[in-house]
Amino acid sequence: MSVPAAQFALHVPDGLLTPVVALATGVISIAVLAMALKQSGNELKDKQVPLAGLTAAFIFAGQMFNFPVAGGTSGHLLGGALAAVLLGPSMGAVVLGVVVLVQALVFADGGITALGINTLNMGIVTAFGGYALFVLLRKVFPASASGVVGATSLAAGFSVILAAMAFSIEWLFGASVPVPFDTVFGAMVGSHIAIGVGEAVISGLAISAVLAARPDLVYGARDLDRAQLADRRKVSGRVFAGGAIAVTLLMAVVVSQFASDSPDGLERVAEDNGLLGEVTDHTFSGGFFADYATSGVGNETLSLAVAGFSGAILTLLVGFGIVRTVAASRNSASS
Amino acid sequence: MSAGHTANLFIPGDSLLHRMAPEAKLVSVVLFVTAVALTPRQSVWSFAVDAVLVLVLLGIAGFRATQVIARLAVVLPFIAFAFLIPFIAGGEQTSVAGFNLSIEGLWGTWNVIAKAVLGTATSMILAGTTAVAALLRGMTRLRVPAVITSIIAFMFRYLDLIVGEMGRMRTAMTARGHDPRWLWQAKPIASSAGAMFVRSYERGERVHAAMTSRGFTGSMPELNTAKASGRDWALAAIPPLVAASGALAGVLLV
Repeated sequence: MSVPAAQFALHVPDGLLTPVVALATGVISIAVLAMALKQSGNELKDKQVPLAGLTAAFIFAGQMFNFPVAGGTSGHLLGGALAAVLLGPSMGAVVLGVVVLVQALVFADGGITALGINTLNMGIVTAFGGYALFVLLRKVFPASASGVVGATSLAAGFSVILAAMAFSIEWLFGASVPVPFDTVFGAMVGSHIAIGVGEAVISGLAISAVLAARPDLVYGARDLDRAQLADRRKVSGRVFAGGAIAVTLLMAVVVSQFASDSPDGLERVAEDNGLLGEVTDHTFSGGFFADYATSGVGNETLSLAVAGFSGAILTLLVGFGIVRTVAASRNSASS
Repeated sequence: MSAGHTANLFIPGDSLLHRMAPEAKLVSVVLFVTAVALTPRQSVWSFAVDAVLVLVLLGIAGFRATQVIARLAVVLPFIAFAFLIPFIAGGEQTSVAGFNLSIEGLWGTWNVIAKAVLGTATSMILAGTTAVAALLRGMTRLRVPAVITSIIAFMFRYLDLIVGEMGRMRTAMTARGHDPRWLWQAKPIASSAGAMFVRSYERGERVHAAMTSRGFTGSMPELNTAKASGRDWALAAIPPLVAASGALAGVLLV
């Protein structure tokens, strides 16, 4: 029942990316997690350990159970942003790192040499990236329980896109096969827009339930006082629909811009800084960039268009469905 | 639902691999998979030797063929992707049955499949012969920080509980006609998940209080179990050496 795409950013196996990228991401992941451990070391005395373990188990279980996306297909939770809001970004990243490690060692899920890649994409990028977005959104949203729920939801949705982007960027540096960056980026990000919407809904609802029962457990809501926590506004269907459509369009626009411009952009940056100097010959002789610069164009535009288009349509359909259900439940409630 | 997706792979037993000290197994698996990942893709014979070794070890561990095949389904999405590569990749083209295929892409497909399958199978050997407690012991001896191993220990303590309760709740919801096909029907799943998080946390608090009152200081005491012997290390060195010589032969000869 699971969509292959749902597991794409997740659990990269051995051999998909080059050893250099595997090593580099491994070094980055270990360094970041060591810093995170040190940072959360003071809070981590004793009582936080069981909570972290519980959150890890919870996210693990959340990744086992698929949520429906559309028409009987399904995706599953990444959970990085949710863990970051519950525990803080450092502990959130550590918890996700633990989940990824256990999946590789005990469940043979995700390659052992790809541990660095998987920890970076699913743990560090989603936890820190998601939490950064959460903090930004909290500044925009009202200081209330519904503000926290809204910020969590949006941050969680975008964190999935961030993870997909992280994978694409690693692909740019360490593709084991000559598939153009644009194709991978378009397919990855396009397919993850739908997953992101699911992540947003599930994370928002879960944080809302925890806030209602035990607000003291939510790291991201420490600053709220009792009155603000009690401020749980019912969001009307119209507002929700407007928001969903706006976010979807924004996402599609931003993503497609990024996708079509970015290889050139990245390359230009690299060239401007002289970064490509030594690497260029090697890379080009491999036929990787050489080819994608010429014959790839028609192909890549088409695939990008298809991926972006289907992603946006799917998201809009889902948004439409949410509106309809909200309207239906309000009608049934009022009658 | 893919509950089987993360089913615990441990096979109770007393094979050579079960008896090997966990720290030796961990080091061996990591080195073996690394050597496989570094093997040049043209070096087909090296992969064949590695595959035979992995198959033998899977047999010793006590896996049945059907189990292995079912488990390898985890990498299926990547294999599907791998089969697309020759069609979308660039480089020199060849024609097979009327399709234009990229030669570079075909090698890429082979590379991804060989390494992903070997890697997953190797992880299975570790998972199949090492209980979680032993794995944690091995990690502790390899100087993995106590915080990490404690989190893993707690995670496993809660995991069966949470999965069991989620399953029961889902059964209860299904019995009441809940059959989510679309995202907007996901609300009951998410809110019950939130409620369950709070409930299990409160249970965790009680367990923690009970443990603290019995002298828990944040990490579990090391029990008196055998550390890796010289024989363990010697045996554990064999698979990485085989794979490394294969990789080296590939680099030198191809």
